[in-house]
Amino acid sequence: MSEVLDFTPPRRPSRNAHRLAASPMPLQVRGLSLELEGKRLLDQVDLTLLDNGITVILGPNGAGKTLLLKCLHGLCQPTSGTVLWHVDGLERPPVLEVRKAQALVQQKPVLLRRSVLANLKFAAKLRYSPIPQGLLENALALARLDHLASHAARTLSGGEQQRLALARALILKPKVLFLDEPAANLDPASTVLIEEAIRAAQSAGTKIVLITHGLSQARRLADNIVFLHRGRILEHSPADKFFSEPATVEAEAYVRGEIVL
Amino acid sequence: MQDFTGSFRLAGRLIAAADPALVEIVLLSIQVTLSALVVSALIGLPLGATLAISRFPGRHGLVILCNALMGLPPVVVGLLVYMMLSNAGPLGVLQLLYTPTAMVIAQTVLITPILIALTRQVIADLNHEYAETFHSLGVPAHTAIAALLWDGRFSLLTVLLAGFGRAIAEVGAVMIVGGNINHVTRVMTTAIALETSKGELALALALGLILLAIALGVNALTSMINAPDGKRSHVRSA
Ligand SMILES: Nc1ncnc2c1ncn2[C@@H]1O[C@H](COP(=O)(O)OP(=O)(O)O)[C@@H](O)[C@H]1O
Ligand SMILES: [Mg+2]
Repeated sequence: MSEVLDFTPPRRPSRNAHRLAASPMPLQVRGLSLELEGKRLLDQVDLTLLDNGITVILGPNGAGKTLLLKCLHGLCQPTSGTVLWHVDGLERPPVLEVRKAQALVQQKPVLLRRSVLANLKFAAKLRYSPIPQGLLENALALARLDHLASHAARTLSGGEQQRLALARALILKPKVLFLDEPAANLDPASTVLIEEAIRAAQSAGTKIVLITHGLSQARRLADNIVFLHRGRILEHSPADKFFSEPATVEAEAYVRGEIVL
Repeated sequence: MQDFTGSFRLAGRLIAAADPALVEIVLLSIQVTLSALVVSALIGLPLGATLAISRFPGRHGLVILCNALMGLPPVVVGLLVYMMLSNAGPLGVLQLLYTPTAMVIAQTVLITPILIALTRQVIADLNHEYAETFHSLGVPAHTAIAALLWDGRFSLLTVLLAGFGRAIAEVGAVMIVGGNINHVTRVMTTAIALETSKGELALALALGLILLAIALGVNALTSMINAPDGKRSHVRSA
Protein backbone atom coordinates (compact mmCIF):
# COMPACT_ATOMS: atom_id res chain seq x y z
CA MET A 1 0.00 0.00 0.00
CA SER A 2 2.63 2.53 1.01
CA GLU A 3 3.83 3.63 -2.39
CA VAL A 4 7.23 5.14 -2.67
CA LEU A 5 5.78 7.88 -4.80
CA ASP A 6 3.05 8.82 -2.38
CA PHE A 7 3.69 12.50 -2.49
CA THR A 8 0.94 14.94 -3.34
CA PRO A 9 1.13 15.05 -7.10
CA PRO A 10 0.91 18.17 -9.17
CA ARG A 11 -2.44 18.26 -10.92
CA ARG A 12 -2.08 17.88 -14.60
CA PRO A 13 -4.11 20.19 -16.76
CA SER A 14 -7.17 18.28 -17.79
CA ARG A 15 -6.83 16.64 -21.15
CA ASN A 16 -10.57 16.26 -21.53
CA ALA A 17 -10.77 19.21 -23.85
CA HIS A 18 -8.72 17.45 -26.51
CA ARG A 19 -10.68 14.27 -26.43
CA LEU A 20 -14.20 15.31 -27.15
CA ALA A 21 -14.08 14.31 -30.78
CA ALA A 22 -12.49 10.96 -30.08
CA SER A 23 -13.49 7.74 -31.79
CA PRO A 24 -16.67 6.04 -30.61
CA MET A 25 -16.34 4.08 -27.40
CA PRO A 26 -15.28 0.52 -28.07
CA LEU A 27 -16.47 -1.34 -25.01
CA GLN A 28 -19.71 -1.77 -23.15
CA VAL A 29 -20.47 -3.98 -20.17
CA ARG A 30 -24.06 -4.90 -19.33
CA GLY A 31 -25.16 -6.53 -16.08
CA LEU A 32 -21.98 -8.50 -15.67
CA SER A 33 -21.87 -10.85 -12.68
CA LEU A 34 -19.29 -13.43 -11.74
CA GLU A 35 -19.68 -16.20 -9.22
CA LEU A 36 -16.86 -18.49 -8.23
CA GLU A 37 -17.08 -21.19 -5.61
CA GLY A 38 -20.50 -19.95 -4.61
CA LYS A 39 -19.30 -16.42 -3.98
CA ARG A 40 -20.58 -13.47 -5.98
CA LEU A 41 -17.34 -11.69 -6.81
CA LEU A 42 -18.68 -9.27 -9.43
CA ASP A 43 -22.21 -8.03 -9.03
CA GLN A 44 -24.28 -6.51 -11.85
CA VAL A 45 -21.49 -4.43 -13.30
CA ASP A 46 -22.55 -1.88 -15.92
CA LEU A 47 -19.74 0.02 -17.52
CA THR A 48 -19.33 2.08 -20.63
CA LEU A 49 -15.87 3.20 -21.55
CA LEU A 50 -16.53 6.73 -22.60
CA ASP A 51 -13.58 8.01 -24.54
CA ASN A 52 -9.93 7.58 -25.29
CA GLY A 53 -8.72 8.88 -21.94
CA ILE A 54 -7.30 6.97 -19.04
CA THR A 55 -9.88 5.11 -16.99
CA VAL A 56 -8.62 4.04 -13.60
CA ILE A 57 -10.32 1.19 -11.78
CA LEU A 58 -9.77 1.99 -8.15
CA GLY A 59 -10.70 -0.04 -5.11
CA PRO A 60 -9.38 -1.87 -2.08
CA ASN A 61 -7.65 -5.23 -2.25
CA GLY A 62 -10.04 -8.01 -3.09
CA ALA A 63 -12.68 -5.67 -4.54
CA GLY A 64 -12.66 -7.67 -7.78
CA LYS A 65 -10.60 -5.33 -9.93
CA THR A 66 -8.46 -8.05 -11.45
CA LEU A 67 -11.46 -10.28 -12.09
CA LEU A 68 -13.32 -7.43 -13.78
CA LEU A 69 -10.36 -6.70 -16.01
CA LYS A 70 -10.06 -10.38 -16.93
CA CYS A 71 -13.76 -10.49 -17.82
CA LEU A 72 -13.37 -7.39 -19.99
CA HIS A 73 -10.36 -8.93 -21.68
CA GLY A 74 -12.04 -12.28 -22.22
CA LEU A 75 -9.81 -14.30 -19.92
CA CYS A 76 -12.67 -15.05 -17.63
CA GLN A 77 -16.20 -16.06 -18.48
CA PRO A 78 -18.82 -14.08 -16.55
CA THR A 79 -21.66 -16.01 -14.91
CA SER A 80 -24.13 -13.62 -16.48
CA GLY A 81 -24.12 -10.39 -18.42
CA THR A 82 -22.34 -9.32 -21.54
CA VAL A 83 -19.19 -7.58 -22.68
CA LEU A 84 -19.83 -5.87 -26.01
CA TRP A 85 -17.03 -4.76 -28.26
CA HIS A 86 -17.41 -2.33 -31.10
CA VAL A 87 -14.53 -2.52 -33.50
CA ASP A 88 -14.35 -0.48 -36.69
CA GLY A 89 -17.96 0.49 -36.25
CA LEU A 90 -19.14 -3.12 -36.29
CA GLU A 91 -21.81 -4.16 -33.81
CA ARG A 92 -20.63 -7.76 -33.70
CA PRO A 93 -17.03 -7.78 -34.86
CA PRO A 94 -15.23 -11.09 -35.56
CA VAL A 95 -13.65 -12.66 -32.48
CA LEU A 96 -10.17 -12.25 -33.87
CA GLU A 97 -10.72 -8.54 -34.47
CA VAL A 98 -11.87 -8.12 -30.88
CA ARG A 99 -8.78 -9.96 -29.69
CA LYS A 100 -6.54 -7.76 -31.81
CA ALA A 101 -8.18 -4.61 -30.53
CA GLN A 102 -6.95 -5.17 -26.99
CA ALA A 103 -3.92 -6.05 -24.94
CA LEU A 104 -3.31 -6.75 -21.28
CA VAL A 105 -0.37 -6.25 -18.97
CA GLN A 106 -0.90 -8.54 -16.02
CA GLN A 107 0.21 -7.72 -12.54
CA LYS A 108 2.72 -10.55 -12.68
CA PRO A 109 3.51 -10.69 -16.40
CA VAL A 110 4.26 -14.07 -17.92
CA LEU A 111 7.20 -13.76 -20.27
CA LEU A 112 8.38 -16.42 -22.67
CA ARG A 113 11.51 -18.37 -21.78
CA ARG A 114 13.43 -16.44 -24.33
CA SER A 115 15.49 -13.31 -24.60
CA VAL A 116 14.00 -9.87 -24.11
CA LEU A 117 14.24 -9.19 -27.83
CA ALA A 118 12.72 -12.58 -28.72
CA ASN A 119 9.75 -11.82 -26.48
CA LEU A 120 9.10 -8.60 -28.38
CA LYS A 121 9.66 -10.33 -31.70
CA PHE A 122 7.13 -13.02 -30.80
CA ALA A 123 4.46 -10.37 -30.26
CA ALA A 124 5.47 -8.41 -33.35
CA LYS A 125 5.17 -11.47 -35.58
CA LEU A 126 1.56 -11.83 -34.48
CA ARG A 127 0.70 -8.53 -36.15
CA TYR A 128 3.32 -7.81 -38.77
CA SER A 129 4.87 -9.67 -41.64
CA PRO A 130 7.51 -8.59 -42.18
CA ILE A 131 8.27 -6.74 -38.95
CA PRO A 132 8.71 -3.05 -39.83
CA GLN A 133 12.18 -1.57 -39.55
CA GLY A 134 12.88 -0.15 -36.13
CA LEU A 135 9.75 -1.50 -34.43
CA LEU A 136 11.62 -3.76 -32.01
CA GLU A 137 14.37 -1.19 -31.45
CA ASN A 138 11.80 1.46 -30.58
CA ALA A 139 10.01 -0.89 -28.23
CA LEU A 140 13.29 -1.70 -26.49
CA ALA A 141 14.12 1.98 -26.20
CA LEU A 142 10.69 2.79 -24.85
CA ALA A 143 11.08 0.21 -22.11
CA ARG A 144 14.72 1.26 -21.58
CA LEU A 145 15.78 -2.32 -22.08
CA ASP A 146 18.23 -1.82 -24.96
CA HIS A 147 21.16 -2.99 -22.88
CA LEU A 148 19.29 -6.14 -21.85
CA ALA A 149 18.02 -7.14 -25.30
CA SER A 150 19.83 -10.47 -25.39
CA HIS A 151 19.21 -11.35 -21.74
CA ALA A 152 16.79 -14.08 -20.78
CA ALA A 153 13.52 -12.32 -20.01
CA ARG A 154 13.02 -14.34 -16.86
CA THR A 155 16.25 -13.17 -15.30
CA LEU A 156 15.09 -9.54 -15.39
CA SER A 157 14.07 -7.72 -12.24
CA GLY A 158 10.39 -7.22 -11.47
CA GLY A 159 10.40 -3.67 -12.81
CA GLU A 160 12.21 -4.65 -15.97
CA GLN A 161 9.78 -7.50 -16.56
CA GLN A 162 6.87 -5.12 -16.12
CA ARG A 163 8.42 -2.69 -18.61
CA LEU A 164 9.00 -5.52 -21.08
CA ALA A 165 5.40 -6.69 -20.71
CA LEU A 166 4.20 -3.15 -21.37
CA ALA A 167 6.44 -2.83 -24.43
CA ARG A 168 5.18 -6.18 -25.67
CA ALA A 169 1.57 -5.07 -25.25
CA LEU A 170 2.20 -1.77 -27.04
CA ILE A 171 3.79 -3.53 -30.03
CA LEU A 172 0.34 -5.03 -30.62
CA LYS A 173 -1.01 -1.51 -31.21
CA PRO A 174 -4.20 -2.19 -29.25
CA LYS A 175 -7.17 0.13 -29.32
CA VAL A 176 -7.70 -0.65 -25.64
CA LEU A 177 -4.86 -1.39 -23.28
CA PHE A 178 -5.62 -3.03 -19.94
CA LEU A 179 -3.08 -2.66 -17.17
CA ASP A 180 -3.33 -4.48 -13.85
CA GLU A 181 -1.37 -2.58 -11.21
CA PRO A 182 1.43 -1.87 -13.67
CA ALA A 183 3.60 -0.17 -11.09
CA ALA A 184 2.99 -2.33 -8.04
CA ASN A 185 6.26 -3.04 -6.26
CA LEU A 186 8.28 -0.90 -8.64
CA ASP A 187 10.91 1.64 -7.69
CA PRO A 188 10.16 5.31 -8.37
CA ALA A 189 12.22 5.43 -11.55
CA SER A 190 10.45 2.44 -13.08
CA THR A 191 7.10 3.85 -12.01
CA VAL A 192 7.84 7.13 -13.77
CA LEU A 193 8.99 5.26 -16.88
CA ILE A 194 5.85 3.18 -16.98
CA GLU A 195 3.55 6.10 -16.40
CA GLU A 196 5.29 8.08 -19.15
CA ALA A 197 4.85 5.17 -21.53
CA ILE A 198 1.18 4.87 -20.59
CA ARG A 199 0.61 8.59 -21.22
CA ALA A 200 2.43 8.37 -24.53
CA ALA A 201 0.24 5.47 -25.62
CA GLN A 202 -2.83 7.39 -24.54
CA SER A 203 -1.76 10.42 -26.56
CA ALA A 204 -1.26 8.15 -29.56
CA GLY A 205 -4.92 7.19 -29.32
CA THR A 206 -4.97 4.07 -27.18
CA LYS A 207 -7.75 3.78 -24.65
CA ILE A 208 -6.17 2.98 -21.27
CA VAL A 209 -7.94 1.00 -18.57
CA LEU A 210 -5.70 0.78 -15.55
CA ILE A 211 -6.13 -0.87 -12.19
CA THR A 212 -4.54 0.52 -9.11
CA HIS A 213 -5.17 0.52 -5.41
CA GLY A 214 -2.82 3.47 -5.08
CA LEU A 215 -4.50 6.84 -4.70
CA SER A 216 -1.45 8.80 -5.80
CA GLN A 217 -1.15 6.91 -9.07
CA ALA A 218 -4.86 7.34 -9.66
CA ARG A 219 -4.53 11.08 -9.10
CA ARG A 220 -1.57 11.31 -11.45
CA LEU A 221 -3.08 9.33 -14.32
CA ALA A 222 -6.85 9.19 -14.19
CA ASP A 223 -9.22 11.05 -16.46
CA ASN A 224 -12.07 9.14 -14.95
CA ILE A 225 -12.39 6.76 -12.08
CA VAL A 226 -14.33 3.55 -11.71
CA PHE A 227 -14.60 2.83 -8.00
CA LEU A 228 -15.08 -0.85 -7.32
CA HIS A 229 -16.08 -2.12 -3.92
CA ARG A 230 -16.99 -5.71 -3.09
CA GLY A 231 -17.58 -6.54 -6.73
CA ARG A 232 -19.83 -3.57 -7.38
CA ILE A 233 -19.20 -0.31 -9.16
CA LEU A 234 -20.12 2.35 -6.66
CA GLU A 235 -18.96 5.26 -8.75
CA HIS A 236 -17.89 6.08 -12.25
CA SER A 237 -17.05 9.73 -12.56
CA PRO A 238 -14.46 12.19 -13.87
CA ALA A 239 -11.32 12.10 -11.72
CA ASP A 240 -11.62 15.71 -10.47
CA LYS A 241 -15.14 15.08 -9.33
CA PHE A 242 -14.33 11.73 -7.75
CA PHE A 243 -11.54 13.16 -5.64
CA SER A 244 -13.20 16.44 -4.72
CA GLU A 245 -16.71 15.20 -4.02
CA PRO A 246 -17.00 11.43 -3.88
CA ALA A 247 -20.65 10.44 -3.99
CA THR A 248 -20.58 7.42 -1.69
CA VAL A 249 -19.48 6.93 1.88
CA GLU A 250 -17.15 4.12 0.80
CA ALA A 251 -15.43 6.20 -1.85
CA GLU A 252 -15.09 9.13 0.51
CA ALA A 253 -13.47 6.90 3.12
CA TYR A 254 -11.20 5.42 0.48
CA VAL A 255 -10.13 8.85 -0.77
CA ARG A 256 -9.39 9.88 2.80
CA GLY A 257 -7.10 6.86 2.99
CA GLU A 258 -9.24 4.99 5.44
CA ILE A 259 -9.48 1.27 4.94
CA VAL A 260 -12.73 0.18 3.39
CA LEU A 261 -13.79 -3.39 3.75
CA MET B 1 35.99 -67.20 -12.47
CA GLN B 2 39.12 -67.86 -14.47
CA ASP B 3 36.92 -68.01 -17.57
CA PHE B 4 35.23 -64.71 -16.84
CA THR B 5 38.50 -62.92 -16.33
CA GLY B 6 39.63 -64.17 -19.69
CA SER B 7 36.37 -63.07 -21.29
CA PHE B 8 36.71 -59.60 -19.84
CA ARG B 9 40.25 -59.33 -21.13
CA LEU B 10 39.13 -60.45 -24.56
CA ALA B 11 36.18 -58.05 -24.50
CA GLY B 12 38.53 -55.18 -23.65
CA ARG B 13 40.74 -56.18 -26.53
CA LEU B 14 37.77 -56.29 -28.94
CA ILE B 15 36.75 -52.79 -27.96
CA ALA B 16 40.27 -51.40 -28.02
CA ALA B 17 40.93 -52.85 -31.45
CA ALA B 18 37.57 -51.65 -32.77
CA ASP B 19 36.86 -55.18 -33.93
CA PRO B 20 34.98 -54.95 -37.26
CA ALA B 21 32.21 -57.36 -36.21
CA LEU B 22 31.70 -55.39 -33.02
CA VAL B 23 31.69 -52.03 -34.81
CA GLU B 24 29.24 -53.28 -37.41
CA ILE B 25 26.78 -54.37 -34.74
CA VAL B 26 27.12 -51.17 -32.73
CA LEU B 27 26.68 -48.95 -35.79
CA LEU B 28 23.60 -50.87 -36.94
CA SER B 29 22.08 -50.58 -33.47
CA ILE B 30 22.61 -46.85 -33.35
CA GLN B 31 21.36 -46.41 -36.90
CA VAL B 32 18.19 -48.39 -36.26
CA THR B 33 17.43 -46.67 -32.98
CA LEU B 34 18.16 -43.17 -34.28
CA SER B 35 15.87 -43.81 -37.25
CA ALA B 36 13.13 -45.01 -34.93
CA LEU B 37 13.70 -41.98 -32.74
CA VAL B 38 13.39 -39.56 -35.65
CA VAL B 39 10.15 -41.14 -36.82
CA SER B 40 8.76 -41.27 -33.28
CA ALA B 41 9.72 -37.66 -32.67
CA LEU B 42 8.00 -36.54 -35.86
CA ILE B 43 4.83 -38.25 -34.66
CA GLY B 44 5.14 -37.91 -30.90
CA LEU B 45 6.17 -34.29 -30.44
CA PRO B 46 3.33 -32.64 -32.40
CA LEU B 47 0.79 -35.19 -31.21
CA GLY B 48 1.85 -34.88 -27.57
CA ALA B 49 1.77 -31.11 -27.83
CA THR B 50 -1.65 -31.18 -29.46
CA LEU B 51 -2.97 -33.44 -26.72
CA ALA B 52 -1.54 -31.04 -24.17
CA ILE B 53 -3.19 -27.89 -25.40
CA SER B 54 -6.34 -28.84 -27.25
CA ARG B 55 -9.69 -29.80 -25.84
CA PHE B 56 -11.73 -32.22 -27.91
CA PRO B 57 -14.04 -35.10 -27.11
CA GLY B 58 -12.07 -38.27 -26.53
CA ARG B 59 -8.91 -36.41 -25.61
CA HIS B 60 -8.90 -37.78 -22.09
CA GLY B 61 -9.30 -41.32 -23.42
CA LEU B 62 -6.35 -40.78 -25.77
CA VAL B 63 -4.19 -39.58 -22.89
CA ILE B 64 -5.06 -42.69 -20.87
CA LEU B 65 -4.42 -44.88 -23.91
CA CYS B 66 -0.96 -43.36 -24.43
CA ASN B 67 -0.09 -43.79 -20.79
CA ALA B 68 -1.20 -47.41 -21.00
CA LEU B 69 0.72 -48.00 -24.25
CA MET B 70 3.87 -46.72 -22.54
CA GLY B 71 3.91 -49.97 -20.61
CA LEU B 72 3.52 -52.22 -23.67
CA PRO B 73 5.65 -55.34 -23.27
CA PRO B 74 8.25 -55.20 -26.09
CA VAL B 75 7.68 -58.83 -27.09
CA VAL B 76 4.01 -58.07 -27.62
CA VAL B 77 4.98 -55.12 -29.83
CA GLY B 78 7.31 -57.47 -31.67
CA LEU B 79 4.55 -59.99 -32.15
CA LEU B 80 2.10 -57.39 -33.44
CA VAL B 81 4.60 -55.89 -35.86
CA TYR B 82 5.56 -59.41 -36.95
CA MET B 83 1.95 -60.19 -37.75
CA MET B 84 1.58 -56.95 -39.70
CA LEU B 85 4.72 -57.55 -41.75
CA SER B 86 4.55 -61.31 -42.28
CA ASN B 87 3.48 -62.59 -45.69
CA ALA B 88 -0.04 -63.21 -44.44
CA GLY B 89 -0.23 -59.80 -42.82
CA PRO B 90 -1.66 -56.58 -44.28
CA LEU B 91 1.83 -55.18 -44.98
CA GLY B 92 3.25 -58.49 -46.19
CA VAL B 93 3.69 -57.27 -49.77
CA LEU B 94 6.33 -54.83 -48.59
CA GLN B 95 8.58 -57.77 -47.68
CA LEU B 96 10.00 -55.94 -44.70
CA LEU B 97 10.24 -58.79 -42.22
CA TYR B 98 13.82 -59.51 -41.09
CA THR B 99 15.13 -56.19 -42.38
CA PRO B 100 16.48 -53.24 -40.40
CA THR B 101 13.35 -51.37 -41.46
CA ALA B 102 11.23 -53.89 -39.58
CA MET B 103 13.30 -53.21 -36.47
CA VAL B 104 12.88 -49.47 -36.95
CA ILE B 105 9.13 -50.00 -37.16
CA ALA B 106 9.07 -52.13 -34.00
CA GLN B 107 11.12 -49.62 -32.02
CA THR B 108 9.00 -46.78 -33.35
CA VAL B 109 5.82 -48.50 -32.18
CA LEU B 110 7.47 -49.14 -28.85
CA ILE B 111 8.65 -45.60 -28.06
CA THR B 112 6.10 -43.40 -29.82
CA PRO B 113 3.59 -43.73 -26.96
CA ILE B 114 6.37 -42.83 -24.54
CA LEU B 115 7.26 -39.76 -26.54
CA ILE B 116 3.61 -38.73 -26.84
CA ALA B 117 2.90 -39.16 -23.13
CA LEU B 118 6.06 -37.45 -21.89
CA THR B 119 5.76 -34.65 -24.45
CA ARG B 120 2.17 -34.09 -23.40
CA GLN B 121 3.28 -33.74 -19.79
CA VAL B 122 6.12 -31.31 -20.57
CA ILE B 123 3.98 -29.17 -22.87
CA ALA B 124 0.96 -29.24 -20.54
CA ASP B 125 3.08 -27.89 -17.70
CA LEU B 126 4.51 -25.14 -19.88
CA ASN B 127 1.11 -24.37 -21.35
CA HIS B 128 -0.32 -24.01 -17.87
CA GLU B 129 2.10 -21.14 -17.50
CA TYR B 130 1.67 -19.65 -20.99
CA ALA B 131 -2.00 -20.26 -21.79
CA GLU B 132 -3.49 -17.06 -20.43
CA THR B 133 -0.80 -14.95 -22.03
CA PHE B 134 -1.21 -16.70 -25.38
CA HIS B 135 -4.95 -16.18 -25.20
CA SER B 136 -4.42 -12.54 -24.33
CA LEU B 137 -2.00 -12.02 -27.21
CA GLY B 138 -4.34 -13.81 -29.61
CA VAL B 139 -1.76 -16.45 -30.55
CA PRO B 140 -3.11 -18.91 -33.15
CA ALA B 141 -3.01 -22.59 -32.15
CA HIS B 142 -0.24 -23.64 -34.52
CA THR B 143 1.96 -20.76 -33.38
CA ALA B 144 1.25 -21.67 -29.77
CA ILE B 145 2.25 -25.30 -30.32
CA ALA B 146 5.45 -24.29 -32.09
CA ALA B 147 6.31 -21.83 -29.32
CA LEU B 148 5.65 -24.39 -26.60
CA LEU B 149 7.79 -26.99 -28.37
CA TRP B 150 10.58 -24.46 -28.80
CA ASP B 151 10.48 -23.07 -25.28
CA GLY B 152 10.25 -26.59 -23.87
CA ARG B 153 13.10 -27.85 -26.01
CA PHE B 154 15.46 -28.75 -23.18
CA SER B 155 12.84 -30.79 -21.36
CA LEU B 156 11.87 -32.36 -24.68
CA LEU B 157 15.48 -33.31 -25.29
CA THR B 158 15.35 -35.41 -22.13
CA VAL B 159 12.14 -36.95 -23.44
CA LEU B 160 13.96 -37.92 -26.64
CA LEU B 161 16.83 -39.35 -24.61
CA ALA B 162 14.38 -41.46 -22.63
CA GLY B 163 12.97 -42.81 -25.89
CA PHE B 164 16.44 -43.48 -27.24
CA GLY B 165 17.48 -45.30 -24.08
CA ARG B 166 14.39 -47.47 -24.11
CA ALA B 167 14.70 -48.33 -27.81
CA ILE B 168 18.38 -49.17 -27.92
CA ALA B 169 18.21 -51.41 -24.86
CA GLU B 170 15.21 -53.37 -26.09
CA VAL B 171 15.70 -56.97 -27.22
CA GLY B 172 12.40 -58.87 -27.56
CA ALA B 173 10.74 -56.89 -30.35
CA VAL B 174 13.79 -56.52 -32.60
CA MET B 175 14.59 -60.21 -32.12
CA ILE B 176 11.14 -61.20 -33.38
CA VAL B 177 10.92 -58.84 -36.38
CA GLY B 178 14.63 -58.60 -37.19
CA GLY B 179 15.58 -62.20 -36.71
CA ASN B 180 19.12 -61.42 -35.50
CA ILE B 181 20.62 -62.20 -38.91
CA ASN B 182 24.38 -61.77 -38.99
CA HIS B 183 25.49 -58.66 -40.95
CA VAL B 184 21.85 -57.74 -41.63
CA THR B 185 19.77 -57.34 -38.52
CA ARG B 186 22.10 -58.21 -35.68
CA VAL B 187 22.07 -55.42 -33.13
CA MET B 188 23.73 -55.14 -29.74
CA THR B 189 20.96 -56.61 -27.64
CA THR B 190 20.17 -59.55 -29.90
CA ALA B 191 23.87 -60.26 -30.35
CA ILE B 192 24.38 -60.28 -26.58
CA ALA B 193 21.49 -62.72 -26.19
CA LEU B 194 22.85 -65.02 -28.89
CA GLU B 195 26.52 -64.91 -27.89
CA THR B 196 25.66 -65.51 -24.27
CA SER B 197 23.52 -68.49 -25.11
CA LYS B 198 26.40 -69.88 -27.18
CA GLY B 199 28.73 -69.31 -24.25
CA GLU B 200 30.80 -66.79 -26.27
CA LEU B 201 31.07 -64.29 -23.50
CA ALA B 202 33.78 -62.03 -24.93
CA LEU B 203 31.72 -60.40 -27.69
CA ALA B 204 28.65 -60.35 -25.43
CA LEU B 205 30.60 -58.59 -22.71
CA ALA B 206 32.14 -56.11 -25.13
CA LEU B 207 28.71 -55.21 -26.49
CA GLY B 208 27.30 -55.15 -22.96
CA LEU B 209 29.96 -52.66 -21.89
CA ILE B 210 29.22 -50.42 -24.86
CA LEU B 211 25.48 -50.62 -24.20
CA LEU B 212 26.11 -49.77 -20.57
CA ALA B 213 28.27 -46.81 -21.59
CA ILE B 214 25.50 -45.58 -23.89
CA ALA B 215 22.90 -45.92 -21.11
CA LEU B 216 25.12 -44.09 -18.63
CA GLY B 217 25.88 -41.44 -21.23
CA VAL B 218 22.18 -40.88 -21.86
CA ASN B 219 21.58 -40.61 -18.13
CA ALA B 220 24.44 -38.19 -17.66
CA LEU B 221 23.17 -36.03 -20.53
CA THR B 222 19.68 -36.06 -19.07
CA SER B 223 20.82 -34.93 -15.66
CA MET B 224 23.04 -32.28 -17.22
CA ILE B 225 20.07 -30.88 -19.11
CA ASN B 226 17.87 -31.01 -16.02
CA ALA B 227 20.50 -29.57 -13.70
CA PRO B 228 18.99 -26.73 -11.66
CA ASP B 229 21.81 -24.50 -12.78
CA GLY B 230 20.92 -20.83 -13.08
CA LYS B 231 23.85 -20.15 -15.36
CA ARG B 232 22.83 -22.81 -17.82
CA SER B 233 19.24 -21.69 -18.14
CA HIS B 234 20.46 -18.13 -18.40
CA VAL B 235 22.82 -18.83 -21.24
CA ARG B 236 20.63 -21.25 -23.12
CA SER B 237 17.30 -19.56 -22.93
CA ALA B 238 18.83 -16.32 -24.14
N1 LIG C 1 -10.38 -18.27 -9.00
C1 LIG C 1 -10.98 -17.75 -7.90
N2 LIG C 1 -11.82 -18.51 -7.17
C2 LIG C 1 -12.40 -18.00 -6.07
N3 LIG C 1 -12.25 -16.76 -5.63
C3 LIG C 1 -11.43 -15.94 -6.31
C4 LIG C 1 -10.74 -16.40 -7.48
N4 LIG C 1 -10.00 -15.40 -7.97
C5 LIG C 1 -10.20 -14.36 -7.12
N5 LIG C 1 -11.05 -14.68 -6.14
C6 LIG C 1 -11.51 -13.80 -5.07
O1 LIG C 1 -12.18 -12.72 -5.66
C7 LIG C 1 -11.94 -11.53 -4.95
C8 LIG C 1 -11.48 -10.45 -5.89
O2 LIG C 1 -10.24 -10.79 -6.42
P1 LIG C 1 -9.40 -9.78 -7.33
O3 LIG C 1 -10.20 -9.40 -8.50
O4 LIG C 1 -8.08 -10.43 -7.59
O5 LIG C 1 -9.21 -8.55 -6.35
P2 LIG C 1 -8.42 -7.19 -6.61
O6 LIG C 1 -9.45 -6.11 -6.58
O7 LIG C 1 -7.49 -7.03 -5.45
O8 LIG C 1 -7.72 -7.30 -7.89
C9 LIG C 1 -10.92 -11.86 -3.88
O9 LIG C 1 -11.61 -11.97 -2.65
C10 LIG C 1 -10.37 -13.18 -4.30
O10 LIG C 1 -10.04 -13.95 -3.19
MG1 LIG D 1 -5.70 -7.49 -8.39
